[in-house]
Amino acid sequence: MSYIAKPSAHHPALPRNALGLTRRDYEGSMSTLCAGCGHDSITAAIIEACFEMDLPAHRIAKVSGIGCSSKAPTYFLSRSHGFNSVHGRMPSVTTGANMANRDLYYIGVSGDGDTASIGLGQFCHAVRRKLNMTYIVMNNGCYGLTKGQFSATNDKNSPSKKGEANPFDAIDLCQMAIQLGAGFVARSFSGDKRQLLPLIQAAISYKGFAFIDVVSPCVTFNNHPASTKSYEYVRMHNMASENKLDYVEPKEEITAEYDEGTSTSVELHDGSQLMLYKIGEGHDPRDADAAIHTIRTNAAKGTIVTGLLYVNEDQHDLHDVLGTDERPLNGLPMSELCPGSKALEGINARLR
Amino acid sequence: MSGINDFVIKFATVNGSGSASANTMVAKTLFRMGIPVSPKNIFPSNIQGLPTWYEVRVSEAGYLARRDGIDFMVAMNPQTYVEDLAEVVPGGWLLYDSSMPRIWPRDDITLLPIPIAQICAKQWTDARQRQLFKNMVYVGALVELLAMDMDALKGVISDQLKGKEKLMTANLQAVQLGRDYAREHFSCPLAIHARTAESAKGKIMVTGNDAGGLAAVYGGATVCAWYPITPSTSLAEAYEKYARRLRVTKEGKRLYGIVQAEDELAAIGVAIGGGWNGARSFTATSGPGISLMSEFLGLAYFAEVPIVLFNIQRGGPSTGMPTRTGQPDIISCAYASHGDTKHVLLFPSNPTEVFSMGAEAFDLAELLQTPIMVMSDLDIGMNDWITDPFTWDDSREQSRGKVLSAEQLEAFQSVKGKAWGRYLDVDGDAIPYRTLPGTHPSMGSFFTRGTSHDEYARYTEDGRIHQRVIDRIRRKFDTAATVVPKPEIDIRDKSGKTGIIYFGATRPAVLEGLDELERAGVRLNAMRLKAFPFNEDVKAFCAAHDQIFVLEQNRDAQMRSLLITEADIPATKLIPALSYDGMPTTAAFVRKTVLEHLHPEKAAAAE
Repeated sequence: MSYIAKPSAHHPALPRNALGLTRRDYEGSMSTLCAGCGHDSITAAIIEACFEMDLPAHRIAKVSGIGCSSKAPTYFLSRSHGFNSVHGRMPSVTTGANMANRDLYYIGVSGDGDTASIGLGQFCHAVRRKLNMTYIVMNNGCYGLTKGQFSATNDKNSPSKKGEANPFDAIDLCQMAIQLGAGFVARSFSGDKRQLLPLIQAAISYKGFAFIDVVSPCVTFNNHPASTKSYEYVRMHNMASENKLDYVEPKEEITAEYDEGTSTSVELHDGSQLMLYKIGEGHDPRDADAAIHTIRTNAAKGTIVTGLLYVNEDQHDLHDVLGTDERPLNGLPMSELCPGSKALEGINARLR
Repeated sequence: MSGINDFVIKFATVNGSGSASANTMVAKTLFRMGIPVSPKNIFPSNIQGLPTWYEVRVSEAGYLARRDGIDFMVAMNPQTYVEDLAEVVPGGWLLYDSSMPRIWPRDDITLLPIPIAQICAKQWTDARQRQLFKNMVYVGALVELLAMDMDALKGVISDQLKGKEKLMTANLQAVQLGRDYAREHFSCPLAIHARTAESAKGKIMVTGNDAGGLAAVYGGATVCAWYPITPSTSLAEAYEKYARRLRVTKEGKRLYGIVQAEDELAAIGVAIGGGWNGARSFTATSGPGISLMSEFLGLAYFAEVPIVLFNIQRGGPSTGMPTRTGQPDIISCAYASHGDTKHVLLFPSNPTEVFSMGAEAFDLAELLQTPIMVMSDLDIGMNDWITDPFTWDDSREQSRGKVLSAEQLEAFQSVKGKAWGRYLDVDGDAIPYRTLPGTHPSMGSFFTRGTSHDEYARYTEDGRIHQRVIDRIRRKFDTAATVVPKPEIDIRDKSGKTGIIYFGATRPAVLEGLDELERAGVRLNAMRLKAFPFNEDVKAFCAAHDQIFVLEQNRDAQMRSLLITEADIPATKLIPALSYDGMPTTAAFVRKTVLEHLHPEKAAAAE
């Protein structure tokens, strides 16, 4: 565990983005996770994504639950407000925050215990509500802070560090998310920044519920050779090698050559595009059934399919459903919210 | 003692038979005649088939507590004939459907047999109509028996049938059949009956939950999340009803958001997320919901997030009596959540106060940056009350509390002489300044957490800092005591050393009970608590009296415990007066409890 405070000085030669900010401006405090923890790589990818997208950090709200993963928001975007809520309840807090101000970006960070066990209900209902947010699960198959118990995403028979086999079937959060109506569903690996970065960028750009399940090995409790959530296993069994993708910002022109037969372009709400290079046995990511089929057939073979699994290009979000005003509710003046004494007279009259 | 404009009528019917709306019509008609009434709906936790009762006390004098002793019983439910018959006072009346012959083993009451089912069978062919109009036939009979104003009744029926005007004729036909039968067979009106009066003039008839929903609209709430639970459900529904009417732009956009959450955990989580992000947010629930919300309440307390929670209390423990009233959540709300927590509670005593205190709760939440719980109950929440009309002062300032804008953040150091820290007490009132997400590009961001933190919201495991922070939050409670509503004090005997403390829905019973006691030569001073924490007035009242009854609707004298622990009132002074059978407390209970303690001889004589 690192415990040294980060120096705040910047090297003057650090590259700056359109807002004149450096990567350092998107960082948080020093990570207190174990050296080599997959979560730190995801943190780095989030920082990189926001920097590259020129996002004003203060327009982002970071929300999390409880656990190693939920600590991560302290390690990125120190200029953003963050809310480390209670275990498994990040989705409800984010729902309220989003209802209050629809204009911010919401990045929810959760873990496999936080989402697939104690918070499974809240996860499902946030998906159902089409909450406009990016929901990242840092998935390591175990409970780190309480010393390595299995979580509900740990594969059946994948053993603990002590060699005990996990007797229960795993919950596949991507399959659930697709089935419950999430508009953007991806799986990635903390060790594959090349893939993770565009996925995070696309998820942030997506209007609606964007879910990324990131396999993120726990170096202390679940990184032994027999674990299916270890760096080694995921590298050996990741079906991402052929499933490459690029995120193209709205302002950029698509310059790379994309071969008609091997790539698909998915347009996101803000005009940005996600270029997908088809995998050999690939499925159309707009096809939910095909996505679930791909996940299941790969899982049966012991392989992990990563990349953008499913996208619904025209999802409506919760505010569309609720019919709320375009202005953020938290900024409405009391004069517009309180109907005043005159209206009250009418109400009294109806009650006589 | 019963007579004109002073009696209790009770309807015993079957749940789901359409009787509720017919019974409400009777109460509303009497109210529109200018007579104060207090209807109590005593209903089962069931949709159809179980017994349900509707009691209406009619009192021109304005005594609106529930009263035992039924003068007039409308016995429409064979399942409960025995107990319904037993409840009628000697000399009272019992109306029943005599289509089937029935022997009533009492000769000290007057029976009013009406072959209601036969009348309906003759008039209508449709089975559903035959069933529904039975209710209107007995309403018609009551018009004659109780001398109810027919025009007032017509107005009430027409209001209730808005949008279903076609049904008006048939309903009035049913009423007429009942009137005709009553006039032909009984001597109308009875000794107890209604007469146009003035004492309910200017009042409104409304439930506390309707008032609570309206309070949230006036209080500026824009985020509401709730989970269905009796008896709080109708509060969230009322918010939606009023918001839809009062909070939609010309373009049809809503200036509010409501989410029916997946459970109470999520409901309060949504409210906290909204409160954290600067929207006035609330949830409504009842006892079991409080248990589920407790973890989150601790977070909101410790992270200092403003929210409002309406607790419509019902009988506990566990699922308890979902459709009966009580005040059993005083302790569980005052100290909700693990660790050292304490919450601000408000105690409205009727729908008018649910409105005023409910709206005020949103100001207090933001002022104090903490959850505020409005402690209503099933009696206030779901029963119709004749109460003062709602009022609103348009010049009232609805302060958003200490929230810093970007400019204020930049100027903070120079204005306050200290760098801003989210949990730093700059003003000495223990209330820090907060910032909202999205305010400033490089200032004011912080990490809200339920883990221990220092004055700058940084994680800490340093016990000294932890202690310092939770001590400051406790001091905030002292500030709260100076801003919450003061108690209502009623001094009936200036030199008297005996008092009674009460709160919430028991107000009508206490006021009536104290009048009765006064007539019996016993005068008590009374204090109605309106809030926790207790302020100086509460302590002064306790200091000025030697023995004080503490009336509450729970088994364990929870408010008494709170007074002992939080206001240092000697336990020996505080005499528990506990009514917790799920029914609204009566004046007779107040009188009896006081007399038995102070003057056992008078109590015996009164029985």
